[in-house]
Amino acid sequence: MNSSFHTLYNGSAIPLTDIDQVDSSQFLQSILDAIDRGCRIVSYFGIPGPTTIPLVCVLADKSEGRLGVIRTAAEEDHFPSLATPCPQIQLFEREIAEQCGLIFEDHPWFKPVRFHHPFIPGRDAWKRPPGEPIQPGVMDYFQVEGDEVHEVAVGPVHAGIIEPGHFRFQCHGEEVFHLEVSLGYQHRGIEAGLLGGPYPRTLQQMETVAGDTTIGHGQAYCMVTEALSGLRVSPRAEVLRGIALELERLANHTGDLGAIAGDTGYLPTSSFCGRIRGDFLNMTAVLCGSRFGRGLLTPGGTVFDLLVDQRDELLTRLAEARRDLTGAVELLWNAPSVMGRLEGIGTVSNEIALELGLVGPAARASGIKRDVRHDYPFGIFRMSQLPVASSYHGDVCARTMIRWQEAQKSMDFIEEQLRQLPLGNHRVKSSTLAAGQLVVALTEGWRGEICHVAITDDLGRFARYKIVDPSFHNWQGVAMSLRGQQISDFPLCNKSFNLSYCGFDM
Amino acid sequence: MLSALIARIKQGHRTMPYPAEPLQMPERFRGYPVISSLERAVERVEEPSLCPYGAFTSDNGGCLDMGKCLFCAECPAGKIEFTTEYRLAVTQRNHLMVQPGSEQHHAQPLPPDLRRMFGRSLKFRMLSAGGCNACEADTNVLSTIGWDLGRFGIQFVASPRHADGLWVTGPVTENMHQALLTTYEAIPDPKIVVACGACAINGGPYIDSPQVYNGADSLIPVDLYIPGCPPHPATILDGLLRILDKIR
Repeated sequence: MNSSFHTLYNGSAIPLTDIDQVDSSQFLQSILDAIDRGCRIVSYFGIPGPTTIPLVCVLADKSEGRLGVIRTAAEEDHFPSLATPCPQIQLFEREIAEQCGLIFEDHPWFKPVRFHHPFIPGRDAWKRPPGEPIQPGVMDYFQVEGDEVHEVAVGPVHAGIIEPGHFRFQCHGEEVFHLEVSLGYQHRGIEAGLLGGPYPRTLQQMETVAGDTTIGHGQAYCMVTEALSGLRVSPRAEVLRGIALELERLANHTGDLGAIAGDTGYLPTSSFCGRIRGDFLNMTAVLCGSRFGRGLLTPGGTVFDLLVDQRDELLTRLAEARRDLTGAVELLWNAPSVMGRLEGIGTVSNEIALELGLVGPAARASGIKRDVRHDYPFGIFRMSQLPVASSYHGDVCARTMIRWQEAQKSMDFIEEQLRQLPLGNHRVKSSTLAAGQLVVALTEGWRGEICHVAITDDLGRFARYKIVDPSFHNWQGVAMSLRGQQISDFPLCNKSFNLSYCGFDM
Repeated sequence: MLSALIARIKQGHRTMPYPAEPLQMPERFRGYPVISSLERAVERVEEPSLCPYGAFTSDNGGCLDMGKCLFCAECPAGKIEFTTEYRLAVTQRNHLMVQPGSEQHHAQPLPPDLRRMFGRSLKFRMLSAGGCNACEADTNVLSTIGWDLGRFGIQFVASPRHADGLWVTGPVTENMHQALLTTYEAIPDPKIVVACGACAINGGPYIDSPQVYNGADSLIPVDLYIPGCPPHPATILDGLLRILDKIR
């Protein structure tokens, strides 16, 4: 990263004035240079305003284990797009356009992301009138033309207990040429509602950005407020948070392993994992009463402590769940009918994964060793390192295998942490937020990197709070995994990513 | 094949005996609020309704609306305590109001004609309208072998045309409200509607956000309200078994 960037570490706050404002050409060139040197965009957003729109970009530099921030100001309605030379930025630019009304010149896919009105009424990048409702999913889709090419549209409501989203397939017979995903149906206006915050509702809203990632997003929010108020979280609280984060990973990875088995028609693993997933959720409920970790985290630590007999109970339950899960998952690798469905399906190459900036298990399955716990450690992961599981085939099989490897490491981690739980407080009192700061907090949720960035105004309120769910990076990966596949492989490919709709839509 | 059979034997029979035997809830589970603590909460409330979701009001000795309540670990409205009573589902919206001295309401059986029709086979079309995937996940879990919803004749189906009822999660976002109405219309009469979770009942954490409709019953009539954020699977199953008159 060159000198245009101000560097900082995960979970730290810096005065906003320390970040020099550069002109737009230096801003864009610095981003491109950093990407060329292997950095990656973790967040890129605008601060809504009636005239000038300040733009902030956060990049991750893995080699140095730190983050870089650069900022500029868009003085006019137009701003140059980097989407063609740098595909991983394309959705961020569309998001800025939708929220702030900035038009990105020469953007190849310039269309809405979530189908809502701009934050500042009237400043609309597509000149849509402020009073009229916006129809979700209505936009120009990428289309393939030719003999025997046909289009398949699915959603927003899908068959099954699943969130809504719209999928357009361009097909030639059974073969998929291209898939375009259009979301926004779950948009609840979270980021717009955070301006001027934090509010009494903020913690619960952060826990429900993606309700299956309550701890992942909740911890990122806690890290933001703790950095802004200079709180030091006790080791005991960090361990409890780490245990909860890994339990969340275990529950979801177990559910995914079962769901992938179900989509290959292999019912034993599907049935067993569906139940064992509940065992992990119930372990989280031992911690805090909620199977999804609601109410466990609070700025300054955890609401609940872990008593000795609860710890013993968790150790007993963990041993049982490990035995059951191992028995259920090992069946997969020895069933030729399963392996035949997993191998070579939905491949995302290493080059494409790098270009799209994929995160989490999807990136690791394509040979990218990328894990916030390892690269930009936070909380207990600064003290206790987890090995990064990775594979290189990039297919459904690799994404399945990664989940099992990570699940095993998470179980080892939880057991170790439960046996050496530090003494001391689990909570310190929270205090007011510092004014004029920027803070970046990254956590590794079970789907991958979660990024929360906050900028406070002169009174210590949120002038901007930006959330990036891992699904924001990874939906394009699902689309690419379908290229050249049979359309009937879509459920399996989709399940192997299992991305969030509500986390994307916010 | 042999290994699958051995695994099957090792995993054992795991469907829970509920409702024949009671369920054990986690010690820290937050269920039905304690009435006496409501009275104490009123004494401590200096300005009315400190609950950011408007669930608690101090009028008439205190009133907690379980439809708006998120069962927070630390109640911002005062020192309201929660018991581990998980049977919270009701069939009338006003039955979610808890006041000192009020008796706890449960879901009532459907009218006899609907019970005759749905009693042995009740199919739902599920629709997530801004849900965070927690209500969805804990609805889904009922179909796993642990809960085995199928043994009660209840099932989630792929098409509204095959359904007897609509299952709603989420506060109903602006971008899903048309899909909600269309799905509701596509279900043949007679039909029932379940609002699962605080969002679907009254907007949950997103109550009064300009992007949401504050719950399903602002748009369609609701027959079963299942409170919680998210509701425990036991709370959901209790409500379903009660409307079918399988438990009382």
